[in-house]
Amino acid sequence: MSAPLLSVRGLRTVFPTRRGPLAAADGVDFDIAAGEALGVVGESGSGKSVTFLSVLGLIRPPGRVEAGEILFGGRDLRRMPAPELRALRGRMLALAMQDALSALNPSLTIGTQIVETLRAHGIPGDPRAEAVRLLGRVGIPDAARRLGDYPHQFSGGMRQRAMIAISLAARPRLLVADEPTTALDVTIRAQVLYLLDELRVEDGLAVAMITHDLAVVAERCERVMVMYAGQVAETGPTAEVIARPRHPYTRGLMESLPRLDQPDRPLHPIPGQVPDLAAVDAGCRFRNRCALAVAACAAPVPLRDVGAERLSRCIRAEEVS
Amino acid sequence: MSASLADAAPLSPTALALRRFLRNGTALVAAAVVVLAALLAVFAPWIAPQDPTDADLFRRLCAPAWAAADTAAGYWLGCDSLGRDILSRLIHGARVSLSVAAMVVCIAAVIGTLAGLAAGYFGGWVDALISRLVDTLLGFPYLVFAIGLMAMMGPGLHNIVLALVLKEWIFTCRVVRGETLAAREQDYVEAARALGCSPGHIMLREILPNVLSPVLVVATFRMAYVIIMEASLSFLGLGVQPPTPSWGSMVSDGREFLVDAWWVSTLPGLCILALVLSINLASQGLRDAFDPRLHQSS
Amino acid sequence: MSAARLVERLIQLPLVLFGVSVVVFLMMTLTPGDPVEIMLADQRATEEQAQALRRDLGLDRPLPERYLIFVGNALTGDFGVSFFHRRPVFDVISERLPATIELTLVALLIAVAVAVPLGVAAAVKRDSWLDRALTAAALFGVSLPGFWFGILLILLFAVQLGWFPVGGRIPFDAEVPWVSGFLLVDTLLAGRPDAFLRALSHLALPAITLGLPAAALLARVIRSSMSEVLAADYVLFAEAKGLPRRRVLFLHALKNALIPAVTVLAIEAGSLLGGSMIVETVFGWPGLGRVVVEGIFARNYPLVQAAVLLYAVIYVTLNFGADLLYAALNPKVRL
Repeated sequence: MSAPLLSVRGLRTVFPTRRGPLAAADGVDFDIAAGEALGVVGESGSGKSVTFLSVLGLIRPPGRVEAGEILFGGRDLRRMPAPELRALRGRMLALAMQDALSALNPSLTIGTQIVETLRAHGIPGDPRAEAVRLLGRVGIPDAARRLGDYPHQFSGGMRQRAMIAISLAARPRLLVADEPTTALDVTIRAQVLYLLDELRVEDGLAVAMITHDLAVVAERCERVMVMYAGQVAETGPTAEVIARPRHPYTRGLMESLPRLDQPDRPLHPIPGQVPDLAAVDAGCRFRNRCALAVAACAAPVPLRDVGAERLSRCIRAEEVS
Repeated sequence: MSASLADAAPLSPTALALRRFLRNGTALVAAAVVVLAALLAVFAPWIAPQDPTDADLFRRLCAPAWAAADTAAGYWLGCDSLGRDILSRLIHGARVSLSVAAMVVCIAAVIGTLAGLAAGYFGGWVDALISRLVDTLLGFPYLVFAIGLMAMMGPGLHNIVLALVLKEWIFTCRVVRGETLAAREQDYVEAARALGCSPGHIMLREILPNVLSPVLVVATFRMAYVIIMEASLSFLGLGVQPPTPSWGSMVSDGREFLVDAWWVSTLPGLCILALVLSINLASQGLRDAFDPRLHQSS
Repeated sequence: MSAARLVERLIQLPLVLFGVSVVVFLMMTLTPGDPVEIMLADQRATEEQAQALRRDLGLDRPLPERYLIFVGNALTGDFGVSFFHRRPVFDVISERLPATIELTLVALLIAVAVAVPLGVAAAVKRDSWLDRALTAAALFGVSLPGFWFGILLILLFAVQLGWFPVGGRIPFDAEVPWVSGFLLVDTLLAGRPDAFLRALSHLALPAITLGLPAAALLARVIRSSMSEVLAADYVLFAEAKGLPRRRVLFLHALKNALIPAVTVLAIEAGSLLGGSMIVETVFGWPGLGRVVVEGIFARNYPLVQAAVLLYAVIYVTLNFGADLLYAALNPKVRL
């Protein structure tokens, strides 16, 4: 395997709270190769958004990336001067957000918001023509005439596609898509996902798909990373992980979800609650909800190789079924 | 919700607010300054070292004790252009400022509360009438309104109070109207209505106790503003008439002597600033104590 | 604010203007004391003369009729005669109004110019020393008696340092022909940059007296709306696009943060208008406020009445203008 596009090691992002520092991402390791789609799943608060905002250098003070290495194309983004990182943002690493209505500036036209991105990165050619091409590519009809529209004049689906067009305007190498299709109806969702697939194949775009939706991951992502309480619980090829989970949390997650192929299967929500991140110890963070928990789980658990390009943060990974 | 809170803590909301207020150092110091000013005002004749109206041109514009060697002994803050003791005039001036402010704020709070209760509770044409009146009065810049009235009524303590009350009540009214509208939808009001209580009983016994703390907070904030307004009117010569000392007219008196006697104008202004600042700080403390949520969001 | 709210305000505007005119009318008619007696107090007038004046002023007619006459005259610009000036009130006002508007506008300009950068900086660096200083300054801004602040400025910058004149609007030797009434404009039209600078130096202290406390308050408003906007997703998204920091702050964030600030600005403009009466008195600024204050002591009732009405109409119009501007700035409100 060649050097990955993005390689993150030991990422720790901390937010100060009244009850002490809260590590929303704590020791996160993962890689994404060019042209790859990585699904990132986990409950809200599992640290998936924080992890990728850290990669983009967009953690807002007083939060900060405390430790770790974020290698992109061989360079550590954490050590990069702010102006250089800014130039990379949008151009190399892009973000697509869950809710386009709040992600697009309400008082600027769609055209302005695309064109400014093109200009900021010095994309050659007429920016207006390029903007029209981009909007057309995400399936917005009559794009030339809609450049002057404000976001609220677009329908929900169109807004979401316009936002993705803006994210992709400067042809980034990696797109962090934070629940990009949750708000869309089925046809448009398929359209957007198809577009992303196309770009991956044609341009070698890598996509990190942050989502609750295991179905999307199963369908579109070769690899999946399951996060729990600020840590990576398990990673591996999607089909393998779904068929044979190597972490009790992954298994619990799948049993709590309805499945189309087995509509009558009973659902089993995971008992208990996500631990308070300001008060966790060094041991396994899932052990208070885990059926397999033993005394040894109180000791620190590293992410370890469990074969077939799979990693798991469970000392009894082989016993999970 | 209030019941479950009461179970958890035996303290009443007012007692809790008081406890929060007492923990706020800045507000406490500010409140102490206000109380001190009030005591000075009440006991002015006994505290003031000199008669504030005793003029003597031999002492004309004599400097404060620390500013020059040849000042008149016993006149610590110097004298004005008629040779009257500035310190004594400042102490007596507190009377005008505080009594006007207290009267205006109290009367306006009563009128505003009653009008707000009526507008919020009855709705309909009562609300329309009161709200239009409030809108109309909001259409005047404060000082312009007060000056217009004072111009017609002539200067004097009672006229100042009247002129300021006529504008001031709308601020309480707006707050109380909003609170009453919200309270109307609450279960305890519904229950009282179902029991056949009269509107007067519901407004005064059920709703009024719940709007008192916002009224108190508004009143203290407004008091600061009223003091500035009274001082402004006095500065323009529309306030209490000479020889009664008021801070605003003292500032005005000293304007002609800025070059030779800076203290005549600056000292009374400093008193206004200190008092108004203290009232504002104390009001902020009071607001935060009664409504901690406001503090966090601001 | 929705479009419906805007329509509601549009309907409210004439109602409020009507109410304002009634209040001004009542102010002058219902107050204790016979205006004729007061007006003639200094002259030994006979009873016939008093009756004649009463008739001239229409004081012998019923109230509603007098109100209609008052409004009818006001609408045609007829506010009676200023005895003191021996000229129509309308002429006196239109001669003095530009000075007041010039002062208020420059004060507003100072307020905005100071408040916007400070408010933005405080929002970007929350809980910094600047942020704390701004909070303290805003408290001082509302606690400072304007007339005293003006006197302090005179004492320091005019008397002690001699940087600015003590008062007045322009010296005699720098007077220029009246074109707009705004000296900053007229001096330039007359090709007299020297006179412009002297007019500016006369304007500086009164405008600062008026504008600086307002700036402190406005900066607090901008700070709070800006910090709200900075937390919005679209600011994060704009940063994720790799836009320059300046563009994110001053276009993406500020454009939205200013929308609520505009309303506050209009209310500020109104209170500056009131405050200008005081500042004009302190600095001997020959504007409307000063002529009104003089008019009070000269018992020049028609002038005071007209001026109070004018201040109120300007104030109401400003507030309405703020709502319109709010709607214009906010693309979500479509008319």
